[in-house]
Amino acid sequence: MDTRVTDRRVTVHDPRGYPPKVVGKRLAPRLQSLDGKVVYLVDCLFDNSGPFMEEMRQWFAEHLPKVITRVITPRESWVDDPDMRAKVEADGDAAILGVGL
Amino acid sequence: MSLESSGVPTVAVHTNVFARIARAVALANGMPRTRQAFVPQPVVGRSPAELRAYIEGNDAVSGRPFMQEVIEALSRPLDEEDLKGATFERATPRLLEPDSEENLQELFIRNRWTDFLPIVLPTEERVERMLKGTSHPPDKIVGRLRPTAFREYWEFTVEKVAVNAVMAGARPEYFPVILALAATGQTARSSSTTSFATISVVNGPIRNEIGMDSGVGVMGPYNHANATIGRAYSLLSQNLQGGSVPGDTYLGTLGNWYGYTAALPEAEERSPWPPFHVDHGFKPTDSTVSVFFGSWYTHAGQGPRETWQSLLIRTLAATDHYLPPLIVMDPISARGFDSLGLNKGKLIAWCAEHARLPARDYWDNQWVQTLVHPLAVAGVEPHATRLKAKPDELLQLFWPEDIHIVVAGGETQGLWKIFGGRYGGRGPGAPAVVNPTMSVDAWR
Repeated sequence: MDTRVTDRRVTVHDPRGYPPKVVGKRLAPRLQSLDGKVVYLVDCLFDNSGPFMEEMRQWFAEHLPKVITRVITPRESWVDDPDMRAKVEADGDAAILGVGL
Repeated sequence: MSLESSGVPTVAVHTNVFARIARAVALANGMPRTRQAFVPQPVVGRSPAELRAYIEGNDAVSGRPFMQEVIEALSRPLDEEDLKGATFERATPRLLEPDSEENLQELFIRNRWTDFLPIVLPTEERVERMLKGTSHPPDKIVGRLRPTAFREYWEFTVEKVAVNAVMAGARPEYFPVILALAATGQTARSSSTTSFATISVVNGPIRNEIGMDSGVGVMGPYNHANATIGRAYSLLSQNLQGGSVPGDTYLGTLGNWYGYTAALPEAEERSPWPPFHVDHGFKPTDSTVSVFFGSWYTHAGQGPRETWQSLLIRTLAATDHYLPPLIVMDPISARGFDSLGLNKGKLIAWCAEHARLPARDYWDNQWVQTLVHPLAVAGVEPHATRLKAKPDELLQLFWPEDIHIVVAGGETQGLWKIFGGRYGGRGPGAPAVVNPTMSVDAWR
């Protein structure tokens, strides 16, 4: 027996790595109403997310016509697109992102 | 979450099977109250009418009307908890509370720190012995790993790698190879829904020094070093990256047996061609390990026989077009191709030139559609030109630099196998691996 045994109790290492510290971030203030606001529908480019966002755009047009919706896509899937983000931040009041698999 | 931080209220829509992972990612990013809404799985393959039914139906997690969830996510005032954010630290102790071997084995299983095969408990003595396999100090940072591009990196030391090497049953003399694998930054336990794993190939003198076997059963359970090095890479990946837990940090729909162990040495002495690491700038006397991400599909063939060309074309066309092939070839096959005047480079070039598929089929591939199609639409070449191809036009699937050949096997048959194996993590949507071939000597 090559372990340091005390009363048959063994000391072993924890096998896990070291996670980073999590720094809390605040959510953005919410809108009082979506009426007259620009809501970007961000098509995240997953297979069939384009048609999903188009259906959502049509839903807004039919049910909440005062909401201005714009469909937008990043340059690549799963990769941050700073240009697209900048456009949403500059011109948009809110964003709906989706959708995968 | 970047948009939220910039002051844009946001809601992310997911399918319900991703609820746990979506919340875990939000928490790890310090925004646990990120607004999310859920539609049923799947979205892929659903018609516009079916997608509309999702939108007009209920949220697949909360059961409330889906669009009500979406609208309230953007307009319901924030409460005190929302404004707090979540700052916290997660500590990992060096040692666990002493307990009986039986209880500790159960603890490791319960915490999903194993692959559910028996492990060697990482006692202080065993870890100390493993650490003698390297000259590097225990507290040296080896690198960082994460299960996928949108998760946070976890960091780890030489000692933490040694702990996992002990658990896998590896011997101290294997430790430099295991450290080199850990240092690649490429996980062997990707969380991809596609069930990726990672194959590693060992080259140079270290293979013989530690008794790896490139002969009969090279990819099977027939050699202690081959088996435990691959297993150590797998275990260290899951434990040092923050887990590989179904629904949380793992989503591979079918899973992958290569996730247990997938390491092989090249049969350099019996190959007609230069070893893999020499092709990539190392000296024959260098010891290295190279990682190939994917290992999803597996095809096999024999030869070269009379119809070798059509066999290779059929096999390559049946691969996943997003994931380039790693060909592992028995020395009999390698010498056979070489005798036809096809050295390694020429054979790779031939494969790249002849592996083609109608544009219709190529662009219908889910990963090509998700990862390559957006680039084509954005005008990025060569994808943009290829998108203009007529449906029946044959498109080249791979470029020569995408295809790799490694020689291994026991010469009991002239066989080759093709695995999905991207070297270096290149490719749209795939983060690059900076050092896909890592020096083992640097970790001695």
